[in-house]
Parts: sequence; structure tokens; C-alpha cells
Amino acid sequence: MSQHDLVCTVNGKRRSARVAARTTLVDFLRDELRLTGTHVGCEHGVCGACSVLLDGAPVRACLLLAVQADGADIVTVEGLAPDAEGLSVLQDSFWELHALQCGYCTPGMLIAAQALLNANRAPTEHDIRDAIGGNLCRCTGYKQIVDAIALAAERLRGANLPQRGSDAG
Amino acid sequence: MPAEARAFRYIGKKRRPREDRRFLAGTGRFVADLAFDSMAHVALVASPYPNARIVRIDAGKALALPGVHAVVTGDELARATEPLMSGLDLPKVVRYPLAVERARYVGEWVVAVAADSRALAEDAAELVEVEYEALPHVIDPEAALLPDAPLVHPAHGSNLLYRRTFVWGPVEADFAACPHRVTYRARWHRSATVPVETFGVVARWDAASRLLDVWASIQMPKYADQLARALRLPGNAVRTHFDVDVGGSFGGKRGLKHSVLAGYLARRLGTPVRLVEDRLENLRGGDAHGPDRIFDVALAFDGDGVVKSMRMCALDDVGAHAGRAPFQLGKPVSAIVGPYRIASVEYEPISVVTNKTPEEAVRGFGQAPTNFAIETGMDLVARQLGIDRIELRRRNLIRRDQFPYQIPSGSTYDSGDYHAVLDKALAEADYPALVRRRDAARAKGGLAGIGIACCLEPSGGNSAFEPLLNPKNETTTWMESCQVKIDGSGAIVASMGTSSAGQGHETLLSTIVGETLERDPETVRVVRMDSLAALPSNSPVGSRMAIMLGAAASDAAQKLKRQMLAIAAHHFGVAAEALAYRGGDIEAAGEPARRLTWDQLVDIAHRKFHLLPPGMEPGLQALAVAEVPTGGALPTPDGRVQIYPCYAFEAHVVYAELDRITGQTRLLRYVCGHDCGVMINPDIVHGMTYGGIAHGIGAALYERFAYDANGQLVSGSFMDYLLPSSHEVPDITIVDHCTPSPLTRFGQKGSGEAGYLGAPAAVASAVNDALAPLGLHVATLPMTPASLGEVLARADEGEKK
Repeated sequence: MSQHDLVCTVNGKRRSARVAARTTLVDFLRDELRLTGTHVGCEHGVCGACSVLLDGAPVRACLLLAVQADGADIVTVEGLAPDAEGLSVLQDSFWELHALQCGYCTPGMLIAAQALLNANRAPTEHDIRDAIGGNLCRCTGYKQIVDAIALAAERLRGANLPQRGSDAG
Repeated sequence: MPAEARAFRYIGKKRRPREDRRFLAGTGRFVADLAFDSMAHVALVASPYPNARIVRIDAGKALALPGVHAVVTGDELARATEPLMSGLDLPKVVRYPLAVERARYVGEWVVAVAADSRALAEDAAELVEVEYEALPHVIDPEAALLPDAPLVHPAHGSNLLYRRTFVWGPVEADFAACPHRVTYRARWHRSATVPVETFGVVARWDAASRLLDVWASIQMPKYADQLARALRLPGNAVRTHFDVDVGGSFGGKRGLKHSVLAGYLARRLGTPVRLVEDRLENLRGGDAHGPDRIFDVALAFDGDGVVKSMRMCALDDVGAHAGRAPFQLGKPVSAIVGPYRIASVEYEPISVVTNKTPEEAVRGFGQAPTNFAIETGMDLVARQLGIDRIELRRRNLIRRDQFPYQIPSGSTYDSGDYHAVLDKALAEADYPALVRRRDAARAKGGLAGIGIACCLEPSGGNSAFEPLLNPKNETTTWMESCQVKIDGSGAIVASMGTSSAGQGHETLLSTIVGETLERDPETVRVVRMDSLAALPSNSPVGSRMAIMLGAAASDAAQKLKRQMLAIAAHHFGVAAEALAYRGGDIEAAGEPARRLTWDQLVDIAHRKFHLLPPGMEPGLQALAVAEVPTGGALPTPDGRVQIYPCYAFEAHVVYAELDRITGQTRLLRYVCGHDCGVMINPDIVHGMTYGGIAHGIGAALYERFAYDANGQLVSGSFMDYLLPSSHEVPDITIVDHCTPSPLTRFGQKGSGEAGYLGAPAAVASAVNDALAPLGLHVATLPMTPASLGEVLARADEGEKK
């Protein structure tokens, strides 16, 4: 099995590693970097649980080889919060509206939502459903997720800011 | 005790769920996240045949691969372990984690390989040579009962596992007396819970202390007991860690076979062993398919559409092994007439084996298919008499003044107001507007329909379906436990002894302890004890935790409250009844100056033995073990039984349009009226209900484990087994109603299976309303675009001819 050198940025940190050619990006993130927040659901690119941002775009880390991420800037769920104690506006909105249950699809869902919010400040319900259309959730029926992403967009536009105290960790 | 006017501090309020934060931060702790030094990874060799004799296994090449530690066959495992549990008394229907001598379905695990990495284990699995002799197989459950059918378990002598005819009430007389009847077949094809996380387990054997540590994504009663028994270990040699997050389950995560295999390998190799299913292993070999059921039903009714009697035969195909699956024919006995006043019932459950993946529990444990069968009948009665479907239901629903209401099968429904919930749902949906919308769509040549479904969610589960279907099993206890302590600093810790798969049990526990002790739930720490430390639990099955863990938590906290009152009574030299407990402080009634604060009470309990009442244990800790309300009795000889104490009700209203060419059903409005009594945390209840409806939409329209004539599973990936996405699940509106249960501590009922129990029936009702103008009726789920497209195409051809 051929080995390859890989240099990339993950959650703002420069990482270099030597990986087997067949190692997928999600296995690299989880097993080598121990960033286990990114989950594996189907390993054939349908469920979206393994979604990460790669140079700003949401991608399926199960369908990419780690070597394909050479030189890339990657953001995983662990990189969404401003610091170890806090949550991002998006994460906090998910909490406020209970946009999750078992938490397994949640990291991928957050990544898909973050990609949407990065590109669209005022998404419609249709935009939101489209953005998470490739992320399967078996618990929520999507309703609270859609509502939470809309709430996050609203908060990020400066309206309906969380009350002091209610959003504190 | 519960009263409608009862005011709560924390129960029923909008409060952020306790668990959510760690998942949002990406710091959930799932089985696949665990890493141990020298851990071996398992991959599996699966049978390509639906029925085949295993002639020869050659593992030489696989074992020669560097990094491969073990190749295990069924023969080896069968020598070292006991067969997996079967719910019925079936001594000749034997299952081991790996096939022994014969493989009975495509995907059955035949050989397990353990290696340094999963990739290496898969490489080695491909090098294992298995020679099979293919045998005749049977896939269709009705064909399995024919005299010349190939036998799945030849030693058992037939493919029939269970058959009994229950008769409750004067069925024959009622049928004879009724002027009308309808007979129909309703088909529920196999789907399942299919969580986004597959099943996983890590096992580690400590030879020095003779202890097997297990971490598993498990939702299963008595898992540790069964694992120990299968591995021939004493119960206290298996320690299951319940502080593992489970990535969805909905009943299906019962990986006993995986765990026995991992446990055996861990012991044999002396290293930690991990088995995490890939998606194909999960869908094909995870032994977690759902009910696969053919209902033949007859309803007898009068000219007003009031249904007097029902005959229901339910033939369920459990796949290649029995397990607990046949019991899923038993639970519906507890709500066999749904929410209706049907006075007599004949019920004939039949359980058969075929050469398909084994069946496991699915959300509702057989109730959702049964509800679909009952609701299909109610629509047919309405259609036959030309009565409005809603009016027909109103005429048949149990009235609020009839509770508690005993149904023919002996179960008593605790409380409800079904008419009010249905009315609320119709009002929210603006039913007249929906009718106008449907008729306008039809006027333009479209196919549009409104679906209606009313159904029950039996909750608070005990296991009385076990003695009902297996008289050798006399289990009538189905307890749940909780320990609550207040430490020397005054901090509260509540302990539970099971894992969770998204149901919010930490929120439940902290809310109820906080409510009872009048302390902020945010200050209550919730921990999960491992199976050796934990008190007895029967895990979150049968929508039971709000009722059962809620009862145990409330009872334990009440004990603490009584202990603190006793301390204060001794301190003030008065009777406890003369004291008032307020927010954790205790004062003499009418004398606010005579007061002990929470901190003072804690101080006395933990450090001032000289101030404790004589005979009182120091410290503040209490445990409670709650038995199911109404539980504790065996079934009568004619099979009347109370299985569940509480009954939640839901009324679904859905508007759908069908594409005449593609057969695609689009759901454009969805309202669910829901009454599960007092909600502990409304966001959690609503979330599970939305999710249950989505799951039900999947069962109704998309999800099917389909087999071809060769016995091959043709939906073994997410490209073929279709889970509903955010595009298929519409925006859902839930309308709450609250009829408290008189049987529970706070008036709560269960809700973990909500939505799923009625959604398949409601969606089917909408599709059939859309098909009604064409004179068509379909009673087979799922109604996939392909299957509906075919029905429509045939109808078009018929018109052209």
C-alpha cells in the first residue's frame, strides 16, 4: 500500500501526516487526528453525517481520499465554535430549538447549514431544506432543524438576538 | 394525584434539553469514537445464498496476511457460547452470531475476521474461501406455510413459529347480527428503524479480574444478562457501560449477536475488539429488519357505520430466526381495537420464518402496522356506506365519559378525549379549506386527497406480551430504577442505569428531580451507572421512560424530601406534618423564623450525627424501583391481558397530491393532534413526534427491504433503501392536547413512538382519497412512486380499452 505525504489545515491548525493511499478523509480526521465529531453513517455518500467544509464547500469526507485534501483548508464540527467553552450562533440556535435528538447526524447537519449561511444571509425555508437535503436525520423529521437554521440566519442578521443569560453555556 | 389544574415549576416548560450541548460541540461519545491500544477490528464474511449448506471454510490465506489475528467460524463459536435468546419456546430454532452448518439468509454472517485495522480485516475477509451447497429457499411468508415449502429450520419441522386464535367477546353473534361487513387485505412490507449510526460494540477482557467491559450502541432490556449467559459468564463478569451515546435506535439497536462475537474474540485474543457495522452489514446482516405483515381483516358494522366486531388475522414474516420478533404480534393485543368501541374481536397472530434477514423491534413494536390495518378498514367502511370518513370515526371513537375503558382483549385505556383531539387537528388544518384545495386540484385533473388517521400509542411498557405468547415465561416484573443523592456540598446527583438514543433522559431525570425537590434542574447532575453498579432497568422500550424512570426519579426524590422533613421535625420538636417544604428550605408552618435552609439540612445529614433523628442513616441518598402501574398480572387463559398502563392518542390530517405519471406522492400539509398527557419537556415530545411522523412517511411511501425471487436483498444501500430527506418530509404542525393519566406521578403518558403509529395510516388514507375518483384502492405499503405509478398506468390502460 503506497504511502503519501499530506499537508492541510484543519480547524485553523496546520497538520502534516503520512497516510495510506486508500485512507478516506473521514478516517484520517477521526482515526489519525482523533477529531471524532465528524461521523460515519453510510460510507457511500448518501447520508451526509461525514460532511466537512473543504475550502468552504460542504463535502462528504467518506467519498474523498485523505490525499485529495492535500493543501486544503478543512473545517469540522469541532471548528465551528468560537472557543472551547462557547457555541456559535448556529449551534446555539440548534440548542434553543432542540434541533437534534441522538446527535449523530448533527455535525454534518451543522456543516451543511454553516455552508448555507456563509453563502446566503436570508435563506427561505426552501433554501434551507435544499441545503440540508443531502443530510439524513432519522430523529427529528427536520422541522426543528429547519427552524433553527432560520433562527440562526435571523440572529446573524442582527435581529432577534439571544437574550443575555438564556444563551449562556 | 395528577390534576388538570396542577401547576408545575419546571415540568412542561420550555427548557433547553440537557444533552444537546455536547452533541452540538461535536463532543458526543459514540462507540466508534472509542479507541484503545492494540484494539482489533472485525470484518465479516456474509452468505451470498438465502439457504445453503456450508461445506468447507478455508481461512489459510486470510490468516497468512500480516496483521490478521483471528478467523472465527460458526462451529468454533457454537462450541464456546450458548445460543442467542429466543422469546418463544422454540428449542429447535437455534441462532448463533455466525451461521453454523447452514446459512439461512443472504447477508448472514458466516465468518468473522479480526485484524489490526478494519481495512485489513476486510482485505482478509475477501481471502476467506467458503464453499456452499445451495439449497431451495423460501421468501414469501404465505408460501412458507405450504406443505412442500423448503424448511428454514428443518429440525423444527415447519416454518410456523406461532399461531393462536384469540376470541374476545361474542364475535360470531356480532357478525351474524350486523347487516354490513367489509373484508380486506392490508399489506405492510418490511422496513425498519435504520438509525444513521449503525450498530457498534467494543469489548475488552481483563483476564486478571475476569471481567468483560462492554461499550455498545445498545437499546435493549437485560442486555448485560443475556450477553453474560451467552458467553457462559456469571452476570457480574460483564460490565456494560451505559455512558455511551447511541446514534438513534427506535427499538432496533439490539446487537446481541455482535456483542457475543466481540466478547468472545476479546477473550480469545486478549485485546480489545471492536465491531462496527458498515452500512451493508447493517442493512443486510444486522438482524434488525421490521415487521413484514399480511393482515386479513373483516369488520362487521351497522347501517350507521358503527363497527361492532372485528376479525383480524396477522401473518408476520420474522425472517430466518425468531428472537423477540414474534412478540411484535403480541403488543397490539393491548390496543387491538384502536381508539374505537369495537365490542368483540377475533385475533389470529401467525409467525413464520423465511430465508430473509431476521426481524427486530421497531418503534411501536407492531402497533403501527396494526393501526394501519385498522384505519384502512375504517376508511373502507366509510366508502362502502358513503359516510364521511371523519363522521364515521366520530361515531366509533370512545367518548371521554367512558374512561377508564376496557377493550375486549382485557386492556383498560386510562384516559383520553379523542373527539376533542380530532377536532383540534381538523381546526388547525382548516379542514374545509383543505377540502376546497383538494377539489380545486381535482377540477384541474389532478389527483389529490386528504388522509385521516386516529390511533393509540400504548405506553409505559411492561412485558406481558411475553407470558401471553409464551406460557413458560411468567415475567410480570418490568421495573425501572433511580438513585438520587444530595452530597455534602448540597449538590444533587441522579443516576440511571441505561443508555439513551436521543430521547432526552438526562433532561427528563433532572426536570423531575428538580420539580420534586423544588430545585433548579440545571443544578442536577445526571450520571449513568454501568450495569454492575446500576439498579435494575429495562431500558427505554415501549414508550416507557417518562412514566417509569419518571416514577422512580420522583419516588427517590420524595424519599429525600421526607428524610429532610424528618430531620427538621426532630430539630424543631414538631411533627413533620407541621412543617412546610419550600424550595429546599423547611419551615414551621406559620413561623418563618423557625427555618432550616437546604444547606443546614445537608450539613446535619452529612456531618451532625448528633442532630439526626434516632435511627436515621447519615447522608442524603435514596433509591426507588418502580413497577409498571397496572402491571404484575399474568394473562387470563383466554388471553386477556393488561400490557401497558397508559394510552396516548393522535389524530393525523394530511393533504397529498399525486403525480399521475411518476406516481410520486407529495405531502403538502400535515397536522397531528396529539395527547400524551402532561409533557415533561414539550420540545423533546414534539421532536420525537415530528421524527416519528417522518419515519412513518418513510414506511408509507419509500422504505422497503425488497427481495428478488433468488432471495437477494435488492435494497442494501441508501440508494435503494430510501430514507425520507428534508424534501420528502413536509412542514408538520402538532396540536397539543392534555388529558392527564390518572396512573402516573405527574399525569404523563409515553410519547417516544408518537407520530410513527399513525403516519403510515394517514398517508395511505390520503393516497386512497386521491385514488378514489378513479375507483382505485391500494392497501399495500410502501406506496412507492414505482408501485403507485404502476397502479395508475394500469388504470389508464383499462380506460383506453
